[in-house]
Amino acid sequence: MSQQYPALLVVVPLLSAMIISIAGWVNKRWCFPIAVAALGVAACSSVGLLLQVLDQGKVIYLMGGWPPPMGIAYYIDHLNGLVLPVVSIVALLNLIAAKKSIEQQFPDKIGPFYSLYVLMVAGLLGIVATGDAFNLYVLLEIAALTGYGLLAMGEERAPLATLNYLYMGTIGACFYLLGVGYLYIVTGSLNMVDIAGILPDLYQSKAVLAAFIICMVGVWLKMAFFPLHAWLPNAYTYASSAATGLIAPLVTKVMIYVMIRLMLTVFTPAFVFSFLNVSDAIVWLAVIAIVTGGVLALAERDLKKMLAYIIVAEVGYMVGGAWLGNRDGMTGAILHIVNDALMTLCVFLVVGNIVYKVKSYAFENLQGLFRKMPFTMGAFVIGAMSIIGVPPTCGFFSKWYLITGAIAAGHYAFMAALLFSSLVSVVLFFRVFEICFHEPFSDNHGHDHHSEAMDEAPLSMLVPLLIVAATLIVVGLYTGVIVNQIIQFAIPASLV
Amino acid sequence: MTDLVSTIIAKYNYWIYITLMMIGLYAMIAKNNLIKKIVGMSMFQTAIILFYVSIGVKKGATIPILEYSHGHGHDTQLVVHAADYVNPLPHVLMLTAIVVGVATLGVALALSIRIYDRYNTLEEDEILTQIREEK
Amino acid sequence: METIETITSIKPLLAVLISLLVVPILVSSRTPNVREAWTFVAAIAKFLLVISMLPVVLNGAEIVYTVAEVLPGVAIKFRVDAFGMLFALVSSSLWIVTTIYSIGYMRGLKEHSQTRYFCYFALALSATIGVAFSANLLTMYLFYEMLSFATYPLVTHHQDREARSSGRKYLLYIVGTSIAFVLPAMMISYSLAGTLEFSGQGFLAGTSSKEVTILLLVLFLFGFAKAGIMPFHSWLPAAMVAPTPVSALLHAVAVVKVGVFSIVRVLTGVFGTDLLLSLNLGTFIVYLASFTILVGSLIALSQDGLKRRLAFSTIAQLSYIVLGVGLLSPKGITGGVVHIAMHAFGKITLFMCAGAIFVATGKKNISEMVGIGRRMPITMTAFFIASLSIIGLPPCGGFLSKWYLVLGSLEAHQMPILFVLLTSSLLNAAYFMPIVYKAFFCTPQEAMFENTVQEAPLFCVVPLVITAIISIILFFYPQPFFRLADIMVRNITGM
Repeated sequence: MSQQYPALLVVVPLLSAMIISIAGWVNKRWCFPIAVAALGVAACSSVGLLLQVLDQGKVIYLMGGWPPPMGIAYYIDHLNGLVLPVVSIVALLNLIAAKKSIEQQFPDKIGPFYSLYVLMVAGLLGIVATGDAFNLYVLLEIAALTGYGLLAMGEERAPLATLNYLYMGTIGACFYLLGVGYLYIVTGSLNMVDIAGILPDLYQSKAVLAAFIICMVGVWLKMAFFPLHAWLPNAYTYASSAATGLIAPLVTKVMIYVMIRLMLTVFTPAFVFSFLNVSDAIVWLAVIAIVTGGVLALAERDLKKMLAYIIVAEVGYMVGGAWLGNRDGMTGAILHIVNDALMTLCVFLVVGNIVYKVKSYAFENLQGLFRKMPFTMGAFVIGAMSIIGVPPTCGFFSKWYLITGAIAAGHYAFMAALLFSSLVSVVLFFRVFEICFHEPFSDNHGHDHHSEAMDEAPLSMLVPLLIVAATLIVVGLYTGVIVNQIIQFAIPASLV
Repeated sequence: MTDLVSTIIAKYNYWIYITLMMIGLYAMIAKNNLIKKIVGMSMFQTAIILFYVSIGVKKGATIPILEYSHGHGHDTQLVVHAADYVNPLPHVLMLTAIVVGVATLGVALALSIRIYDRYNTLEEDEILTQIREEK
Repeated sequence: METIETITSIKPLLAVLISLLVVPILVSSRTPNVREAWTFVAAIAKFLLVISMLPVVLNGAEIVYTVAEVLPGVAIKFRVDAFGMLFALVSSSLWIVTTIYSIGYMRGLKEHSQTRYFCYFALALSATIGVAFSANLLTMYLFYEMLSFATYPLVTHHQDREARSSGRKYLLYIVGTSIAFVLPAMMISYSLAGTLEFSGQGFLAGTSSKEVTILLLVLFLFGFAKAGIMPFHSWLPAAMVAPTPVSALLHAVAVVKVGVFSIVRVLTGVFGTDLLLSLNLGTFIVYLASFTILVGSLIALSQDGLKRRLAFSTIAQLSYIVLGVGLLSPKGITGGVVHIAMHAFGKITLFMCAGAIFVATGKKNISEMVGIGRRMPITMTAFFIASLSIIGLPPCGGFLSKWYLVLGSLEAHQMPILFVLLTSSLLNAAYFMPIVYKAFFCTPQEAMFENTVQEAPLFCVVPLVITAIISIILFFYPQPFFRLADIMVRNITGM
């Protein structure tokens, strides 16, 4: 059984997605348990895989027993061993939290929704687990197509925003496919490890250079890296909270993973940082991404769009960290994949709870929330602290590594951008807190006159949220373990 | 000059796919009608499929099906000369890519139906005006 | 330098967490009495935990506890040494007093959201003790930020327009400076030295050039804006919109002292006195502090709001501590460090008096307090004693710390500082004595109050009497604080 983890990871959600859509016709109540069971299996397998990786270093799984380069191989090392549990657990927690809001928002589409949801998770897990460049493209499109479906089930403006996302997402995926095509021309292989073995002799080739750049542009489009971010805010804002809870934390992070995988495994750090002389320019782009993301977030007057722009800034963190070209920066970027997935989940679950109760996420409707929903807001504070980067929440520690990397690389603009982003986040979140903290009738000096009862979200939404909030602190305290036991081995020794 | 021309001609398959791709990209960026954008997107995808298909082709090669007859003596050559056959792998990959393309097209069209139901138009500027007026 | 005996014990962590642990009980308690009883229990338990570590520290040993190693070479770690003990003693003992006072004040004014108030108070105290017991810069930063955020709901307690804008200013100054200055300074120090652990002689010596050291010093000095060094001081008067117990404990003791404590910790534990001496940076610190002392006192003179005047007085007094340590001489450091305790007891008394006056009469401005001594004799007597302590006159504790500061400036051959100290004391007298004088000695025509004694509720009066008496006792028995300061000085000067 334990040898089959990589297959279970993808196959179980994939098949369950079909079962769910059939079950949806028979009885809607079956959908949720099947989805939870499928993602539960995926989560258990991914944790099991991480333990195996910690134990024996690397897990190679040949799909259908066909050896590479003919068959598709799944390689699990420390890098995706870390990302897999994050993806599966975030998806599982959001699924449980989303149950009530799905029932509230589209009671007649429960079957299709869960089906798409689980299929998307299968795609995301596959992207992370696969060791085959073309298989990655297929899974990328599976995740993307299901994602379009999920996002479009939202407010009135959702279909248009999603269609714009679809254009950009398709171009991004096509660019990636094109890049893989060039790689295939020069190496004759699609297996990542195989390609990595053949490439070093071909580093001078222009085709390799073209392949790398085209792949990168494609991946950046999909992760909404500045200036290719325009599709993200609208698509995320107008979607249902159940869908954003899955897509906002995971899609961009998984694409960052793909970028790092391409940089570290398919191409080597030697090629990426020495042959190409672009890392400086890309870190500058990241600086602009962080600053612009923050400034645009400041201009927003509703919670969800503000958070969407924060994601744009966070993508800048990770791209910049990865391209600093040193170990600390890369550590920070990988650590931030984990942390950012968790903290984005935390804040979007909060938005989910608020929308469930208040039916709005515009700033003016948030007044008095600290009294009405103290637990949700408590979790929001922790999530915000993590995004701001206050110890001991995990966001501080990835920021720490990113800044150390920036200092080591002498890239002080990146360091300044990170600090600026922290300051902007303080303003952003405390502006929201201020509104939530003050009561609607705050101008008369208050003395015990508001007795509005607590009106919290249901327990099934609250418990996952509180778990995530607690995880933010626990992960923060265990940063040392995560870095020393896992991330350290995920980065090749050649990168110092 | 002749060098340049000959290089261009020698790699005509690449030029075709790049041209197609750029036409598609242009349509996606410049066109106002959502369906035209979708058509552009489809062209973009097809251009890449064309690229893949063309890289598997070799001059004078045949389809990659092994032909050896049963029972016609023991001297049948079973050694496969890769150079004699078209590389099948890119073509097989493109089967998947075509499926992906069709699926994307389907989702995009479904979305545009939803948009049309809501706004009664598929011209992007008109939709945006409507959204602005609603605010 | 002799090695310091270290003992591993979970007590520091408990001392920090105990007020956090009580928060769920506070939230779920049904009646105000239960809630206040639990706050009280937590305050006493915290004080006892701190006291129980005192003998060990007085014997020259240190108590260490590591929570988690979060970064290479940096852990979330507690270490109880003499200096931390001194600060923890002051803040934990004053929490008890303030709890009593809060009960009286909040009930007296029928304030809303009292549960929230007590919860964040407990949270703030956790953070304060956390700063006191931090073993390294990261842990200190952690609790420093926690304190900033935990005090925000306290500052904006009234939830009106004024509270809102003051809260903004408060956060902007406190959090803005710590993220913009302290965080990068900490990261640079870490990348230079590879550690953040406070040590007797600092860890920066020999790792950074002169320019970088100066840059770091400036970043740290201004970054800990809670210390109120000008020009990052104006959050303090703004924060006075908070209920008075908050101003009393947090803006006279916990928050501002955490600021100076952090500065002193960084000057001694990160830079080290030798490094500062060799680069002659002490003079810079001393003059910076002197400027704040004089300007703060001058502004205090012109304030009519009693709490605002006290706030500017606090700004000036805080710089005494920085000045003392900036002198870099053993006597100066002793004086500065002991001033943390002396000023705390004096200033909290003054704030509690201001609160008591507000509860009893609703008056906030000094010009409206003529003749108040006849109405509230006990409160105003305590006010008088405490102002003596702040001015630095015997028989109050404040005299001793100022005496040591004078000795320290002689020791460091800083004659101008002597002048600063003298002028400042005169200014202190000039802004406190008229209040007391007008309160007691005014013509019947001037008096704004009827001639009947009517004090604030007992819960308000008792605490301020206690702290006023302690201010006097500290003049005669200052030993625990001086012994702790001695141990600290011995550690950092290696003598």
